[in-house]
Amino acid sequence: MKRKDLYALLGVVLAILLFSWLAGGKEYYLSLLVFVGINSLMTMGLSMLMGYAGQISLGHAAFFGIGAYSSGILTTKYFFHPVGAFMIGIFLSALIAFLVGKPTLRLKGHYMAVATLGFGEILFIVFNELSSLTGGPSGLSGIPPLMIFGHPLEGATYLYLVWAFVILLLVFSLNVINSRVGRALRALHGSELAAGAMGVDASRFKVQVFVLSAIYASTAGSLYAHFITFISPSSFSFMFSILLLMMVVVGGAETIWGALLGTLLLTLLPEYLRGLEDFEVLVYGAILMVVLLFMPQGILEGMRKMLGKNAGGRVGSP
Amino acid sequence: MRNPFPQMTFASQLIQFLFTGLTLGSIYALVALGFTMIYNATGIINLAQGEFVMLGGLTMVFFTGVLKIPLLIGFLLAVIAVTLVGALFERLAIHPLKNASLITLIMITLAGSILFRGIAMFLWGKDPYALPAFADSKPVQFLGATIQLQIFWVLAITLLVVFGSGFFFNRTLLGKAMTACAFNPLAAQLVGIRVRRMILFSFALSAAFGAIAGAIITPITLMEYDRGPLLTLKGFAAVVLGGLGSGVGSVVAGFIIGVLESLGAGLISSGYKDAIALMVLLLVLWVKPSGLFGSKEASELKKF
Amino acid sequence: MSQKVLLVQSLQKSFGGLRAIDSLGFTVAEHQIKSVIGPNGAGKTTLFNLITGIVPPTAGTLEFKGKILNGLKPHEIACLGISRTFQNLELFGNMTVLENVMLGRHSRTAAGLFSTGLRLPGMRREEKEIEEKAYAELCFMGLEDKALGGAASLPLGQQKLLEIARALATEPRLLLLDEPASGLNIRETEKLAETILKIRERGITVIVVEHDMALVMEISDDVLVLNYGRKIAEGPPRDIQRNREVIAAYLGEEVNHA
Repeated sequence: MKRKDLYALLGVVLAILLFSWLAGGKEYYLSLLVFVGINSLMTMGLSMLMGYAGQISLGHAAFFGIGAYSSGILTTKYFFHPVGAFMIGIFLSALIAFLVGKPTLRLKGHYMAVATLGFGEILFIVFNELSSLTGGPSGLSGIPPLMIFGHPLEGATYLYLVWAFVILLLVFSLNVINSRVGRALRALHGSELAAGAMGVDASRFKVQVFVLSAIYASTAGSLYAHFITFISPSSFSFMFSILLLMMVVVGGAETIWGALLGTLLLTLLPEYLRGLEDFEVLVYGAILMVVLLFMPQGILEGMRKMLGKNAGGRVGSP
Repeated sequence: MRNPFPQMTFASQLIQFLFTGLTLGSIYALVALGFTMIYNATGIINLAQGEFVMLGGLTMVFFTGVLKIPLLIGFLLAVIAVTLVGALFERLAIHPLKNASLITLIMITLAGSILFRGIAMFLWGKDPYALPAFADSKPVQFLGATIQLQIFWVLAITLLVVFGSGFFFNRTLLGKAMTACAFNPLAAQLVGIRVRRMILFSFALSAAFGAIAGAIITPITLMEYDRGPLLTLKGFAAVVLGGLGSGVGSVVAGFIIGVLESLGAGLISSGYKDAIALMVLLLVLWVKPSGLFGSKEASELKKF
Repeated sequence: MSQKVLLVQSLQKSFGGLRAIDSLGFTVAEHQIKSVIGPNGAGKTTLFNLITGIVPPTAGTLEFKGKILNGLKPHEIACLGISRTFQNLELFGNMTVLENVMLGRHSRTAAGLFSTGLRLPGMRREEKEIEEKAYAELCFMGLEDKALGGAASLPLGQQKLLEIARALATEPRLLLLDEPASGLNIRETEKLAETILKIRERGITVIVVEHDMALVMEISDDVLVLNYGRKIAEGPPRDIQRNREVIAAYLGEEVNHA
């Protein structure tokens, strides 16, 4: 692993340990950190899809939902073991991502964006309408918490579980990025024409990274379901897909670290806006607009430039 | 939804659904026209298109309902107001990014839609608002179906706008100039077309069309702050089905989708009705992205 | 015995009403350096795009070492052993010089998502080999000190060399160079000529599209002349130089004699 990445990784681990200690057992702060972790799983996948491979997905909340509902439904209604339900969620997400991805990733730019938006919206409608299965708009409750050796995972222990997943998948992602596959993805982003001429099967790789990002999102969904024990379609709306996108873009789509930074900032943001609920959507829109107009490479890159470092992200190692 | 009108014969129900479908279709057609205009002038897809409709409806509610301005003037004021919003949007958000990457352009219109929705939520809250019908009159009976008069207003105004814009784009110099811009901005500039102005104009006009759509539909369907996204998606479905770049195609496709949706809602299930247009969108994109009236070569020529 | 590396028969490519390539037929023998020349718009880059599968032919066949290329996708053709550079540079500006060349090794390597994500031993070995071979190609082209810099930061001349290095990394049997000398000064062009000869020494067959006549005359075994998508002459450089039709086709154009 590259040294920079290793240090950053250690930084993340230390930060988690630090913050969980600072939280001092308070539910509220611990939940926040859990949500940052869950969102990070999704934005890591999106970052690989968008930042590295240069594709776009405006419907990723759908895979989050598939994971959540798989875990939720199978454990409450059919008494599956959580791990089994989790695996089925992964399988479903991967399958659907493959089937949807193949024709969608062939499309160019705007078409791809709108197709993924439409797909996400269709799934949202399905979550609402299949009420016998999903509980419809009123949601699904009573999802069992995860157990280890008879003890339920809650609070701090759940935090460690989620972040263990994050770290694992982060390492996996960094390995992929700094490898033949990562180079192929970045080549597709740099020049799809030349990538093909050098032997990269564009369609295959695009679909692969799409499926991978769907698996990440599904994992996040399952972890989410067992954490809050109640899920409803409103958590999987297209607004959430856009929010995920914002986390990636605002933080810096070019690198996975940018995505993580954006996730941290935008997951905590609603907490600052508590009581200003009328303003919430407005603030999101304003932030996105300001970033796109003045710091299109994202905050991480913006900070790097301000600190006088080379515009490191694009040229050189990620 | 089993049989919503048990007193009606099946044929009458179909006619009811047809009219509802044409009404919905009018809105989709207007949204699609707006998309096409901006696309033809700039090559980008404006994901905030649906928000212009929403703003049109809600501002008209404000002018007529709150300020108690007479209907016609309120209508004009609402359209003008939203047109200004569209122009401002282009100046402040689109124009500065003219050299940006595709993803950034997509995201900026997305940001715009979120911003508009946020402003609407702030100003009007989350509740739906109503407008009185344009003419106080009893519904019309037609072959056993009950048709609200407003529906005829919707259809009439839509057709007026459609034919008006057809005339404008094909017969007037200004209209043709706008189409030239997306095709080849450099060449357009060389023959003296002010590309900047054309782009601004296309956004303003698009916003106007959206506003008209919002104003005429609100008496029937009400309007709330987050109606935008689904309208954007369905309008885009019409654009794709009709063939990107073809005004006629978009309009026809808009009506087709409206009718399909209405029939689906009435005959199959109303819960999934939104999914119908979306399925059309996905199927067209996956199978024949150039749509009904577009040509494969034409769609490859355009940037996106 | 010299084997036919590339066989082109009755090739035709029309874009709507425009015939970009018309009834073209020629062969390229193994270890040959064949140049393709002709006025602008003669169809030279279209020919390359047809060979590499970027556009499908309207009619005719393309055969590479006995295998039909028609209908194959660009990445499949690359795996067969044909590589190329581009007239308008298509470097990966978002990667380093070395990473650009490492990408060239893609078709000769196999590690997938799973083995790279988990950094399995086989993948690590392969990765090391990729880096070594890529670096070797950079040395071959004289770019080794720029390895860790951004590809976008190189001057134009070196960017063109980088594209060649990347193409060489694919271990091609046939290398297509599309105007490699454009934008190079005289000294750089000299170096390029030497490099192309050295490439041939490695056992690679080369087809060069070029406008620089001095370069063409110096390195080519055989020259193919196109005009309006048709072959108007084919033969050793000496003969082409004297060919009346060729001279006529270039009348009005700057003929670059060294």
